[in-house]
Parts: sequence; C-alpha cells; structure tokens
Amino acid sequence: MTELKEKLTVSSSPHIKSPKTVTGIMGDVIISLVPAGIAGTVIFGLRALAVIAVCVVSCVIFEILSRKIMKRSFTAGDLSAIVTGLLLAYNLPVSIPLWMCVIGSFVAIVIVKQLFGGIGQNFANPAITARIVLLVSFASAMTNFTMPLPWKMDAVATATPLSALGSVDLTGDIASQLRALTNNGSLPEMKEMLFGIRGGCIGETCAAALLLGALFLLARGVISLRIPASYIVTVAVFMLAVSHGNAAFMFYEITAGGLLLGAFFMATDYSTSPMSKKGKIVFGIGCGLLTSVIRLYGSLPEGVSYSILLMNIACPLIEKACRPGYFGRKKAEKKSKEAAA
Amino acid sequence: MGKHKPDSILKAVKKGVGGVGVVHSKITAEVAIERMPLPQTVVIPMSQHIGAPCEPLVRVGDSVKAGQLIGDSDKFISAPIHASISGTVTAVGDVMLSNGRTSKAVTITSDGRDDNFADFRVPTVTDNASLCEAIRASGLVGLGGAGFPAHVKYRISPDKPIDTLIVNAAECEPYITVDYRECKDHGDEIIDGVYKLAKYCGFKRVIIAVEDNKPDAIKILKEVADSDIARGNLVRLMTLKSRYPQGAEKMMVLSATGRTVPEGALPADVGCIVSNVASVAFISRYLKSGKPLISRSVTVSGDAIASPKNIRVPVGISVREIIDYCGGFSADPYKILLGGPMMGTATDSIDVPIVKSNNAVLAFTEKGLGEKKKRNCIRCGRCHEACPMSLFPTEIEKYALAGDAEELKKLGIGVCMECGSCAYSCPAAKPLVQYMRLAKSVVREAGAK
Repeated sequence: MTELKEKLTVSSSPHIKSPKTVTGIMGDVIISLVPAGIAGTVIFGLRALAVIAVCVVSCVIFEILSRKIMKRSFTAGDLSAIVTGLLLAYNLPVSIPLWMCVIGSFVAIVIVKQLFGGIGQNFANPAITARIVLLVSFASAMTNFTMPLPWKMDAVATATPLSALGSVDLTGDIASQLRALTNNGSLPEMKEMLFGIRGGCIGETCAAALLLGALFLLARGVISLRIPASYIVTVAVFMLAVSHGNAAFMFYEITAGGLLLGAFFMATDYSTSPMSKKGKIVFGIGCGLLTSVIRLYGSLPEGVSYSILLMNIACPLIEKACRPGYFGRKKAEKKSKEAAA
Repeated sequence: MGKHKPDSILKAVKKGVGGVGVVHSKITAEVAIERMPLPQTVVIPMSQHIGAPCEPLVRVGDSVKAGQLIGDSDKFISAPIHASISGTVTAVGDVMLSNGRTSKAVTITSDGRDDNFADFRVPTVTDNASLCEAIRASGLVGLGGAGFPAHVKYRISPDKPIDTLIVNAAECEPYITVDYRECKDHGDEIIDGVYKLAKYCGFKRVIIAVEDNKPDAIKILKEVADSDIARGNLVRLMTLKSRYPQGAEKMMVLSATGRTVPEGALPADVGCIVSNVASVAFISRYLKSGKPLISRSVTVSGDAIASPKNIRVPVGISVREIIDYCGGFSADPYKILLGGPMMGTATDSIDVPIVKSNNAVLAFTEKGLGEKKKRNCIRCGRCHEACPMSLFPTEIEKYALAGDAEELKKLGIGVCMECGSCAYSCPAAKPLVQYMRLAKSVVREAGAK
C-alpha cells in the first residue's frame, strides 16, 4: 500500500512555474552588456576595465553590506548589483578617479536602491542617479573626456561629438557645417561614430556593440522595442524637424552621447518604467522629447540621464493614466451608458 | 482559391491576448482509458462543486445499488448525487475533502456485485424543460473541472436565445488527457450529444474547439461530424493555437465567435453556451441509457507516479486507491494535485475522495514542479502581459494588501478567473493567484458591510 514518507506541500495554484527567474533575466542583461564593455576597453584602454571592475565590485559589496546592516535577506545572488555596476561604469569617462567610482556605487546601491527597499522598489534608476550625482559633484572629472584609441595616440583631452554638434547653427547650412566639423577633426566620421571611435563615456560610444547587446535582449524577451523605439524615433523626428530634414545631423544625434545606451539599457529598467504597452510608449516619447530639448536648448550638451530620471519620477503617473481596459470592460461601460440613455 | 469550403476546419475568429506557453506534458495521451476494479468502499461527498450541498437520502444500514439516488437538494443550483457502487451504507457523516473543507458524505461498502440500480429509466425528452429536467436527474456537472451543475446552463430563456454551442475540447491544462481520450474513443457520442442538445436548445451552430496540439482528435471528430452531416450539418471543427488558458470559457467564446463576454456577464449573454466535451458525450449516453453520473475518467500522472494512466473510476473512490492502482509512487511526492497543475488544488492527504469534477490526480516531486526562489517583484510586467484579461496583478496585490475595495473594482478584479498565468510567468515566483483571491475577498467583505 502506498505510504507518504514526507508531509505533502499545500499551496495556491498554479503549481508549475515558468523557467524564467530574476537571476536569469539579470544574467541576460549582463551578457547583453558584455560587447559594449569589450568595445569600451578596446577604445579607451585597460583603464576602462579597471573602472568597470571597481564599479561592479563596489556595487556588489555595497549591496551585501547594506542588506546586512539593515538586517534584510541576502540578495546579491539576483545579480542586479552587477548590472548596476556595469551601467554606472559605462556612464563614466575613462579618466575618472577610482574613488569617485566607489562614491557612485554607494549612491546607486545604498541610497537609490536599498534605502527604498532593494530590487524593484527604487523609483529612480540607480546608475543614472549616481551618474548625475557624480556629474554635479565632480563636474570637471566627469566631463574630462580623453581621445579614443590611447594606444594609437596620446591620451589627450577631447570634446565629445555632442559639444561639436552644439556649435551647429540650425538656421544656417547644416550640411556644410557638419562637413567643416568633420574636416577640422572635432566631429568623427559616421563610421567612427558607429564603432565608437570618439570621445565619450566608457560604454556609450560603440553603437554597434550596444545594438548587438540590444538585439540579444530583444531576442531573449527581456525588453520590448516599445521604450527604446519610441525614445529613439522621437529624438530622430525632433532632430529631423529642427534640421530641416538633415539625415546626417539626425544620425549624429542618435549615435552621439548616451542615447543608445540609455534607450536600450537604462530607460528599459523594469523598476522605473511603466508596465503597460501604452505607458511604455508614452515613457519613451517623454524621454525623447526631454533629451532633444535639453540637447538643443539646454545649457548642457547631453540630456539622456536627466530625461530618463525625470521620466522615472513621472512613471507612476504614466502608469495610472495609461492603464488599459481589461477584458470585457469597455463593453460593460457602453452598455450601462446605453441603458442610461 | 478563395472558394467557400463549408466543411473545412475553422480557425479562431479572434485571438485573445496574454496567456502563457506551458509545457504540455501529455504523457498519457496515447494510453486508452482503463476501468479500475471496483473498490471496497467509496465515500461520496454531498458537496462536490459550486452550488448548494445535497442532503443525504439514505441511512446507515441501507443497502443501495449503483445509480441509486442518495442525495438531493431543492435548491436550483445543485445536482443530485447517486451511489457509485452497490453495497451497504456504512456511514453518513462529515469527511474532509481535497480542498480542505468538510462535507457530509455517504460511505458505501461494496457487496462485490457490479449490478446497477434496477430501474434506470430512459428519460423522455420533448422540449428544453424536459431536457433540463433529465440533465438534472442525471447528476451531471461540468466535467472539465469547474463542476457547475449542467442543467442550469442548458435552460434557455426565451428572451435570451443561444445561437452557438461551443464544445470545449481544448484541454489546455498540462498533463490531463481525458478529454483527448473522449474525442478519440467516443467521437460518435460527442456528435450525437451535440445534435440532441441542439434539437432542444435551438442552437444554430455547434463549434467543437480543439487545440492544435491534438491533430488526432480533430481528425476523428471531423470524420464523425461529416458522417453525421445528414442530421443538420450544424457541427464545425475549430483548431485553436495551444496556449494556456485557451480552454477558459471567455477565451473560448472569443476565439470561436469573436464575441467578448462583458464583465459580470455569462457566455449566455452573448448567445453562447460553452460545454466540456466529456459532458456532451455523457448527455448522449444518458439520454440513451438513463444511467446517471456515477463514474468519471481521470488522468493519473506526474513525475512521482510509477505508471501514469487514464482510468475510469467510480465517484467517491479514494485518491490512495487510484495511486495504488497506478503502481504507487516512483519517488517521494512533494505535492499531490487534484486537477491540473495550473488550476488544480493541492491536497495534504491522499485519503480524500474523487468527486465528479476531478479530472486528474497528479503527483510531483519538487524537481518536477520546477520550484524557484521567491524574490521581490522587479516590475517586469510579465504578469500583466500573461493575463488573458489584461489585468495588473501587481497593482491588484498592492490594493488588496491595502484593503481598498473601490480601487480593486476599478482594476477589474471581478474578471479574474484565477487561471494562474500571472503567477506562472512571474520570475520572482510571487504567489499572485493568492493575492487575486485576497483581493476578491476584500471586495466581498466590503460589499457585505
């Protein structure tokens, strides 16, 4: 006769679960960020690797320590601290002092993430907020961009393509101004923009590597195109509109700065972006508009981080405003209206 | 090209949103249904499903025959209960059911004879009222798992005509294969039942919907339907994409007719009745023989069952005996389910009786269920994407914990059918269905005040 050796487990249905786990999703994000990290190291030299390592290790340590001090469960196993570390490093210039990396990690993990309850509970993107804190605290170190390919030439300070683009007079002949800028070396060739041979933060310059990672995330179903596409298309349309349809200007605006990194890897952060399909598109358009306005009319050359942070704050509102109707709801409303009429 | 083909197999009219691609694990699909030997005793609960419980009509010491009425209720939403074996009533009292509730039950000890109650009366059916009376007398409840008394469903009110009967053979729950066997082995009874129902309910068409992972069932049903075309050419076969919860009533109506059942309404409000395929086949048999619902087919499966089978068992047999019959456990079970892995109930004891609505007994090891670590919600939105009703499970969770009934109603908690797609897809393994139930109780309590 059949006997039970152990007590049976009783719990609510469903009793089977999809194989997707938080750790698996974060692992996918880490994999997707590897190409940009390799590209950053090739473009900016081994110091880039040191910056990445310091950010990742300090993020993980802060995650473990803060959870321990707050007497909360161990969560470093979900790998999200590694993702934050990578994203923070990718948003820093290669010449940044390493102790600043540690401060950035502290802000990201302890202040932005853990003080609000840890993974999923933060209302702002940790890496972006940390970058902004560093930017306002150490403005010169954070904007000290060195020339790419230091093993080919001397590591000298350089301007970023965005500051070069900022000098373009939009009322004049944009095409010839762009040509002049590329000729005098302050604006890289388009091919160089694609492969990231330009001044900028460690992980943001190589468009090809970022797109490769983004493709992986899309294929794995980790992100959908809604936020990145609506973000980038909004910037593209805006830039085409202000440049009277100059495609080259639009191309530079999309590949320059941190737009691709921001659109695919930061604006898509689950905790700080809307869940509904409509909300995602509104969120992306909002990011795109803010980025374009800051870049063109603000006092700063770049606006990706600020726009994403501002939209993070608006996320709960968007979520509420864009709540879709559930199955059978609209019909019921219509019926009651008809009945009332 | 482009020609109207009246006999082709239909495709879904409209696709639903959400849902999840669960593993099928239909390991018993090609195992024909075996009849289990008569058990020594059966325990027949007086409350087996939604609706009013029955009152026992027999006393200890009474001798009963299989098919004899032993419990009934004068309430509308109820179905009478019959003895499933012949023998002597040895107890009438409370027992624990698989869902943890207690119910009055009649225990019958077998006399070893396989005889049936002497006067099975073949019902005379002349109109919708007499059909429903016959279905009520048969004790039929929805055999697909929900167990709603069937006679209530088929009562057609003149101001609410039903044009479409949808026969649900989707069987979208993993592991369960009894409906598939019904299609394969009793296609003729299904088609016969369909025409009988159509005759007294006025259906204009009948759509038999099968998921596309069961091509054999589609083929057989199509053949039978075509050979019975002289009876009215009402029946159409429809293949649906196999995606859980395709078999849910509202999803069925949407796929088969393109109609959306409004919040708080029933399929009947949009002119449809959805019936499980085994229920339809049973009606055909009952109208011929008058033998009530005293046995049912059950899939016994899962990675902890030694030899998975489809078996025919009398109502009231214990889960323990069923598992014994299937070779016992091949590994120590971690969970035992009555019903499918998505919506079934976990039981803490195997000494519970099978009731009319139990379509499966599944035993799993911890590994077989793929348990994963519970973590914080990361707001990835997979639960919302998976919800066939487009609800926001995480928002509902928040307002359920806050006890905000008004906001929960606005979020549409009323349309949640607890299909489990949200919790299945959650990477943080949150018990979302439990929160949905909590939310419903918050709304219920607020309404009761």
